[in-house]
Amino acid sequence: MHTRKWLTLGAGIATVALVAGCGGGAGDGDDTGTGSGGEGGGDEKVTLTIATFNEFGYDDGLLDEYMELNPNITIEHKRAATADEARDNLNTRIAAGSGLSDIEAIEVDWLAELMQYSENFNDLSDPELEGRWIDWKVDAATTADGQLIGYGTDIGPEGICYRADLFEAAGLPTDRAEVAALLEGDWDTYFEVGKQFVAKSDAAWFDSAGATYQGMINQVENAYEEDDDTPIGIDHDTVKDIYDAVVTASVDDELSAGLRQWSDDWFAAFQSGAFATMACPGWMLGIIEGNAAGVEGWDIADVFPGGGGNWGGSYLTVPTHTEHPEEAIALAKWLTAPEQQLKAFASKGTFPSQVEAQSSDELLSMTNPFFNDAPTGEILVNRAEAVTATPHKGPNYFAIHQTVQDALTRVDVDKTDDAASSWDKALQAYEELGLE
Amino acid sequence: MATVTPPRQGTPAADGPRTPAPPRTQPSRLRTTLGRLDVRLSPYLYIAPFFVVFALVGLFPLVYTAFVSMHDWHLLGGQGEFVGLDNYVDVIQQPTFLVALRNTFSIFLLSSVPQVLAAIVVAAVLDANLRAKTFWRMGVLLPYVVMPVAAALIFSRLFADGAGMINTLLGGIGIEPIRWHADTLASHVAIATMVNFRWTGYNTLIFLAAMQAVPRDLYEAAVIDGANRFRQFFSVTVPMLRPTIIFVVITSTIGGLQIFDEPRMYDQYGRGGADKQWMTITLFLYDLGWGPQKSFGRAAAVAWILFLIIVLIGLVNFAITRRIASAGDIARTKKTGGVR
Repeated sequence: MHTRKWLTLGAGIATVALVAGCGGGAGDGDDTGTGSGGEGGGDEKVTLTIATFNEFGYDDGLLDEYMELNPNITIEHKRAATADEARDNLNTRIAAGSGLSDIEAIEVDWLAELMQYSENFNDLSDPELEGRWIDWKVDAATTADGQLIGYGTDIGPEGICYRADLFEAAGLPTDRAEVAALLEGDWDTYFEVGKQFVAKSDAAWFDSAGATYQGMINQVENAYEEDDDTPIGIDHDTVKDIYDAVVTASVDDELSAGLRQWSDDWFAAFQSGAFATMACPGWMLGIIEGNAAGVEGWDIADVFPGGGGNWGGSYLTVPTHTEHPEEAIALAKWLTAPEQQLKAFASKGTFPSQVEAQSSDELLSMTNPFFNDAPTGEILVNRAEAVTATPHKGPNYFAIHQTVQDALTRVDVDKTDDAASSWDKALQAYEELGLE
Repeated sequence: MATVTPPRQGTPAADGPRTPAPPRTQPSRLRTTLGRLDVRLSPYLYIAPFFVVFALVGLFPLVYTAFVSMHDWHLLGGQGEFVGLDNYVDVIQQPTFLVALRNTFSIFLLSSVPQVLAAIVVAAVLDANLRAKTFWRMGVLLPYVVMPVAAALIFSRLFADGAGMINTLLGGIGIEPIRWHADTLASHVAIATMVNFRWTGYNTLIFLAAMQAVPRDLYEAAVIDGANRFRQFFSVTVPMLRPTIIFVVITSTIGGLQIFDEPRMYDQYGRGGADKQWMTITLFLYDLGWGPQKSFGRAAAVAWILFLIIVLIGLVNFAITRRIASAGDIARTKKTGGVR
């Protein structure tokens, strides 16, 4: 009796699995003729793949919601651990001409290098969506002849995230308004307070020289390239001064925890409390919360050294390789609508680039329990308003930026070089790029 | 069938004298021609698949890579101008190239040498009378089944500078933590460890097979001569394994010089470290082609340089093989002569 019951159940499961398997297979490949009802394109079973990186905030039910609204659509989400990895994947697959997802997320730092090859992406411009995003977000993704290659998702207005418990132990104020007042000013102020902090604490002031440099360079309009994309390189005062300032603070003043961002040690440091503050764009909130789970004391202050700053932010593109451009564009459009972006923000802190979302009461009233119930919505809106410089990121931005980041890693993390010898290697690496 | 008929009409004169009965000419001519074709062509057809596949996936890419290496070629932009040997000159002049070459050879030596030595010793142990022989023999092959990327991920956790298990253990016995990612030599040791983990068992099985082919009378003779276990191992087993050792050395040279997965997965960035501590030639190639430069032309040039290096080392290996193989023959005649 029991055996038979189990057999029946087993057979049932096997059948369901078979049917599901068939459905998936048909959706993946050639889907002509799989429309069961035959009532036209709308009911066709379509499987869409979407490739993102880090935390986009789509896994907390957003994709499921879309599938419920559109029963014929199945979405597969591929998530890369880092933006670099996603960039490698995307480049390789564009070059190979296959294997691309129907929607590929791209980061603003490597947007420009893809803009040169915009023929690989569907034109997403749509009069209906005029005014959905803030202007510079759209302008950056629009080619000279008016093609829009991606829909903006989030932007990265930066605040300062800090560990209130470590602040308290070192005798610094813990209330986020007081911390904001304490850090108000330029980067020197930030480093000065850092020196006071490390004098009384075992922890470092910030996580890595690289991240701090990132925050500073993102306040410079033309760090590596002129507005017409002519490379100006790294051998000039703007970059060198920032490099020197970061190295002095990180190594000489021992403010840095000496961790390379995204390394195993960096992730582990969220649990061990190795540092007290970090530059904190909206999307970083989700990463901190994910890796510092169980650690109490994280908070975010409405302040950023040297005025405002924007770090990162992404777009959703639809490569021309997709077999389902219509469905993919519809999904990208839906995901980047203000309502959905607000939900993504609530989930992972990816701050909306959409005008309507930025001014919504829903955003302004949003708080984040992990960050001591900080009004993250209001804080990030303020931080977004404080952003004054829009750095020009041309096709070689990413490559040039990498040479300085490597130099900082050598000094700050690996300690294989001192500031001067590492800078020489950066100059050499820049030369090897062969840009001039 | 239709394709083989034409030659029949072309060769009647040659076939004529050999076919005696006129009425049966038609079928027997066909048969003989087919038979002859069968004898002449079949061997080539039998070996053809290998050469067809080789031409497609070996020779064509090789030639095409050479073609790409002579051009400005962008990953996304495609073919550009013909530049001759400029890419080769550019690449060789970059200091990074020398660093990559150094790293590749260092990791290769750190992995291959201990690996071959360990494999011989483990094989000798497995060759002895053990209980549950098959279990142990399959056991050493187990790491080989693990995907290199998966192994690299786990090992890079073990070798994390701050929070890694190995440094925690070292700290437990009072040894200073080793900076696995910052220090060049330490990073090479860590990567070589991954390679050894994966390949030692594989080479062990090859050695084991060779050991079992050693004639047992040699050992009997050695025992009569009063040789103990160690003497037998060094005077009988190792000399008899020489050809196999050469084979293993050549295959691990080719594999070692092309090492990619392990260094690529050694950190989150996959670019061989900020100071290029563990950037190998293949990583350098990848960085040129898919990194900031996106220059397929230069990447292809590196691919060809690597190919030439491997050919060169292959030739050196071959020369040594011939000398050692003959030395092995001498050892064999000596020993067998001793028995008789």
